Amino acid sequence: MLEIKNLHVQLEEEGKQILKGVTLTVPAGEVHAIMGPNGSGKSTTSYVLSGREGYEVTEGSATLDGRDLLEMEPEERAAAGLFLAFQYPVEIPGVGNMTFLRTAVNAQRKARGEEELSAGDFLKLVREKAKALDIDAEMLKRPVNVGFSGGEKKRNEILQMAMLEPRMCILDETDSGLDVDAMRLVAEGVNALRSPERSFLVITHYQRLLDHIVPDVVHIMHDGRIVKSGGPELALEVERNGYGDILAEAADA
Amino acid sequence: MLEAVKTQQTPVIEGAPRSARADVQLDARLAAAPAPMTGVTAPARADALARLKEQGLPGPRHEYWRYTDPAPFNAARPAPVALEAVAGDPKLFADVDKLRLVFVDGRFDAAASDDPALAGVEITTLAQADAQPGHWVAEAYGVLEAQGQKPVRRAFAALNTAVATDGAVIRVTGKADRPVQILYRPSDAGADVIVHHVLRLEEGAELTLLENGLLGARGNVVIEADLAPGAKLHHIAAPRAGVARIATTHLFARVAEAASLKSFELSVDGRHMRSESVVELAGDDAVAHVAAAVLGDGDNLRHDDTVFITHGALRGESRQVFKKVLKNGATGVFQGKILVRPGAQKTDGYQISQALLLDEDSQFLAKPELEIYADDVKCSHGSTTGALDETALFYLRSRGVPRERAIVLLVLSFLADALEEVEDEDLRAEIAGRLEDWLTAKAQG
Ligand SMILES: Nc1ncnc2c1ncn2[C@@H]1O[C@H](COP(=O)(O)OP(=O)(O)OP(=O)(O)O)[C@@H](O)[C@H]1O
Ligand SMILES: [Mg+2]
Repeated sequence: MLEIKNLHVQLEEEGKQILKGVTLTVPAGEVHAIMGPNGSGKSTTSYVLSGREGYEVTEGSATLDGRDLLEMEPEERAAAGLFLAFQYPVEIPGVGNMTFLRTAVNAQRKARGEEELSAGDFLKLVREKAKALDIDAEMLKRPVNVGFSGGEKKRNEILQMAMLEPRMCILDETDSGLDVDAMRLVAEGVNALRSPERSFLVITHYQRLLDHIVPDVVHIMHDGRIVKSGGPELALEVERNGYGDILAEAADA
Repeated sequence: MLEAVKTQQTPVIEGAPRSARADVQLDARLAAAPAPMTGVTAPARADALARLKEQGLPGPRHEYWRYTDPAPFNAARPAPVALEAVAGDPKLFADVDKLRLVFVDGRFDAAASDDPALAGVEITTLAQADAQPGHWVAEAYGVLEAQGQKPVRRAFAALNTAVATDGAVIRVTGKADRPVQILYRPSDAGADVIVHHVLRLEEGAELTLLENGLLGARGNVVIEADLAPGAKLHHIAAPRAGVARIATTHLFARVAEAASLKSFELSVDGRHMRSESVVELAGDDAVAHVAAAVLGDGDNLRHDDTVFITHGALRGESRQVFKKVLKNGATGVFQGKILVRPGAQKTDGYQISQALLLDEDSQFLAKPELEIYADDVKCSHGSTTGALDETALFYLRSRGVPRERAIVLLVLSFLADALEEVEDEDLRAEIAGRLEDWLTAKAQG
């Protein structure tokens, strides 16, 4: 599904190298987690995959189902099935959450040559998905993320994901800022979407989320590279001992 | 958020010294203008002509015309426009239930208009009223315009009063149950349209006035609105000036005790536009809101909003919300002044002007001014210029919204505060819809 090979990325303006050869494959139906110290390049990886401006790919490739992601516009990547739940969801004053969701859903359908959802069908679908995430009607009416609490913003990201039904979901620290109940709701939302055709890349600092969303593979990122990959037990090791041993071991290798 | 600000008195703006060339230009301008009417408005017209001759046309160094070149308004005649390009009525307000008054090349067209019968509203035309001895318009015509010449001279308003060919003359005695629409249509490629509307709202009267359509090769519109105590006027203007898109408009309003004026301007295809609002809060507890949403596209585009609000009584509330979206080298101008007279205590004045620049070639020139002679007032102003929020744009695109569509959404969101000033929800939705159509067509074109 998602294949990242030897990805080198630098900041366009400063020329500072951030990713220094990221290689990672997420097969269809699997859940992979990325952990790693602050500033190691996790969010940068997610931004480069989804097409944010300001980064320059100097080497390597990234494909989704064999299609070159790096050649596409952000909206084309979305239509191809890529979704990023932002670490810091963006507030857009003046644009209603519903208008935003509906525009997004129908734009993607149109790009894929599918029929647009009628207003009635759309409303029914949103209500149903919002209810499962404990997002009330009032929140749906408000401008996108404006005045939402940190946890509400994260749940709103998952609502968008549930509506858009992407094939490749990247979750960047969706668990941070969530209370215990919200974390469970979010995990349920993610698990409800798990299927053999859908993959997840979950960026997190905490093992706790991975108790709910059990990963197939855990990757450790450090200084712009994946330095170690393993099973769910790797996350437990990080939780217990921090990154020290793992990074030292990687440096020796 | 509001802070009281005091400023020094600014000198009366009279303009640069007169030159012989300016006098020649005024003579040429007047020679090309229609002959003034000779009925009940004749004395007011003679007075306006004398005032105009005394002040002359503004030169490029005139302080009040620092940001906008008056030359296209000074020219004796406008360049003719291609009429086929302006055929058809605009969709704006097409589906709104209203009483329609059509002005073709600045003259009332009775056959194209609705029967001007509306409960609580007396409607006639300037030409008809002028020919009626004893008509009330004789006492109103040119009065607020003349008052609005102080402290700043407004030559094109004086010119308008002197030679206007027609206009709507409306007296409102009750609550009009439908809006009155003034729709402009051009028929002559060289039409130099000069219209003058006079509104009188009696005590407690209410009216919504819609104003749109295509003026002609050049337009000059004056509205004088006198609001008696408790009257309410909603004014929504979207006048356009044909393909040449050169126009000056002036709204002169006097707002009496507890009366309220809400004026909103929508401008989507101007070329060289100057829109002035001169409002006096004359009675206690008067309210005046003036707002605009402007989309400017193009190299030699200039859209100038010039506002002068005078607080002359207690507890007046004034609000100005001006938003301009500029691209492809367009220039937006905002000159906004709040004057608080001695004794106008508890004044609440607010002014915001903001521009969204969609590229680096466009610019916004803002000159906010407060002049306050009372000590117990709340006045604030702010002006910002910004670019599109790239983070928001990326967020929308990452959800699959195409770039052009995402920009339309962000532009609409930028304009939302100005649109909020349109009180009537249906009309607001109508304007938002047309704006969206226009933006979408532009994005695809
Ligand atoms: N636009 C930018 N300008 C300057 N530095 C940047 C920019 N984007 C990323 N960086 C730098 O790149 C490095 C990687 O940042 P990134 O946000 O990818 O880290 P992260 O692994 O997501 O960290 P965290 O766990 O704290 O979220 C950091 O040192 C960061 O400061
Ligand atoms: Mg991060």
